[in-house]
Amino acid sequence: MKFHLKVWRQKDSHSEGTLEDYTAENIPADASFLEMLDIVNNSLTGKDVPPIQFDSDCREGICGSCSLTINGIPHGPGRGTTCQLYMRKFRDGDTITIEPFRADAFPVQRDVVVDRSAFDRIIQAGGYISERSGSAPDANSVPISKTIADKAMDAAACIGCGACAAACPNGSAMLFVSAKVTHLGLLPQGKPETDRRVLGMVRQMDKEGFGNCSNYYACEAVCPAGVPAAFIGRMNREFTAASLKEMAGMTV
Amino acid sequence: MSNIPGLHVLGEANFSDHGANRLGASALMQGLADGYFVIPYTLGNYLTTQFGKKVDANHPAFEQALKETKAHVQRLIDIKGTRPVDSFHRELGLIIWDYCGMARSAEGLTEAIGKIQKLRKEFWSDLKLIGGADGINMELERAGRVADFLEFGELMCLDALTRDESCGGHFRTEHQTPDGEALRNDEQYSFVSAWKYEGEGNTSTLVKEPLVYEQVKPSTRSYK
Repeated sequence: MKFHLKVWRQKDSHSEGTLEDYTAENIPADASFLEMLDIVNNSLTGKDVPPIQFDSDCREGICGSCSLTINGIPHGPGRGTTCQLYMRKFRDGDTITIEPFRADAFPVQRDVVVDRSAFDRIIQAGGYISERSGSAPDANSVPISKTIADKAMDAAACIGCGACAAACPNGSAMLFVSAKVTHLGLLPQGKPETDRRVLGMVRQMDKEGFGNCSNYYACEAVCPAGVPAAFIGRMNREFTAASLKEMAGMTV
Repeated sequence: MSNIPGLHVLGEANFSDHGANRLGASALMQGLADGYFVIPYTLGNYLTTQFGKKVDANHPAFEQALKETKAHVQRLIDIKGTRPVDSFHRELGLIIWDYCGMARSAEGLTEAIGKIQKLRKEFWSDLKLIGGADGINMELERAGRVADFLEFGELMCLDALTRDESCGGHFRTEHQTPDGEALRNDEQYSFVSAWKYEGEGNTSTLVKEPLVYEQVKPSTRSYK
């Protein structure tokens, strides 16, 4: 297959970027989007053009490293990560625009590579359980209802890729934060630190420059892990309760 | 770090559920993640607390390491050949896949070692990298890894060749029972092979760490 690419090239975070035109030739229909870029990069190297810098790691949809905005949509058409998008989804001769994930809190480092360490700092602000996990307990020694277990699992599916923030017109990371808060807050190991966690993570999120949620649901539409936007409402309730407790001088 | 100060548990065994849910892909993933990302930070971080005083970037050892790293990176950039790093990576991968998979033989491993040595020579004379060491350059990063893989791939083959028995995931086709099961040779190979790096271009030296069993006697597992 053959494609016309318009790719965002930017030397570093201080430079201006532009869309450059390239041709992707001899692309197998079963190549993934990233494999297509590998092929293009090899041909660019042959022509003494610096290869396109992009992030990738596991290439099987679980690590959350790949981060391309394809034809205006984070991770491109269809549900899933960029690495799980195959060229057969496109038509031969298509023009494809490739840009970085765009959000104020994700500065572009080079080409389509963005700095997503803001997410790491949000996790550091409370997205964990302080208690040692110890050895594995016997099955069913701590009963958890099926409803709760399923909900926690839906939230735990978040791979932290940042597509939610890139899709949101407000550049909001609330889907990501609510997934983490929900996942940990629903289960017995995470419950004791619920208040401290939600306050810490939401405040860090604001500090990093992510916007607020105004119910566009673009995040839910692009989330490769299918995290539902309903978790945002749940996080808001948790945050309100924790803030009230804090104001009343109760320990959180 | 484990609850024994200074004892770090990394790779497959790094999690509390070791043995319960650390099979196959999750164990391999932990080996990869720890090897690439976790070990360099955790061990370095631990060691810096062990000297009693702060070691700064003016320390001669630091300056030497920096100089060596810069020289290594520059050497990769200066090759200015014709083949992109991806082509070397793929060719090496295919050699390992063909000759050093779960089933391997002395003949195949000897051939692989020859092929890797030839490929390594080509890598260091015909690699083409665009761009320098300022800013992000993933091709350069990958070239550094492929240079390592070329060393390590050969060592893997040498290790497999030296262990002239079948054992677990190491199935030497010359050593099997009549019905195709792995045939161990405990008398000669009850040891862990550790390899000492002898510098570029030199064959590594085998250091045997004997396996001494006091309570249990090694036996053959049967799935039948």
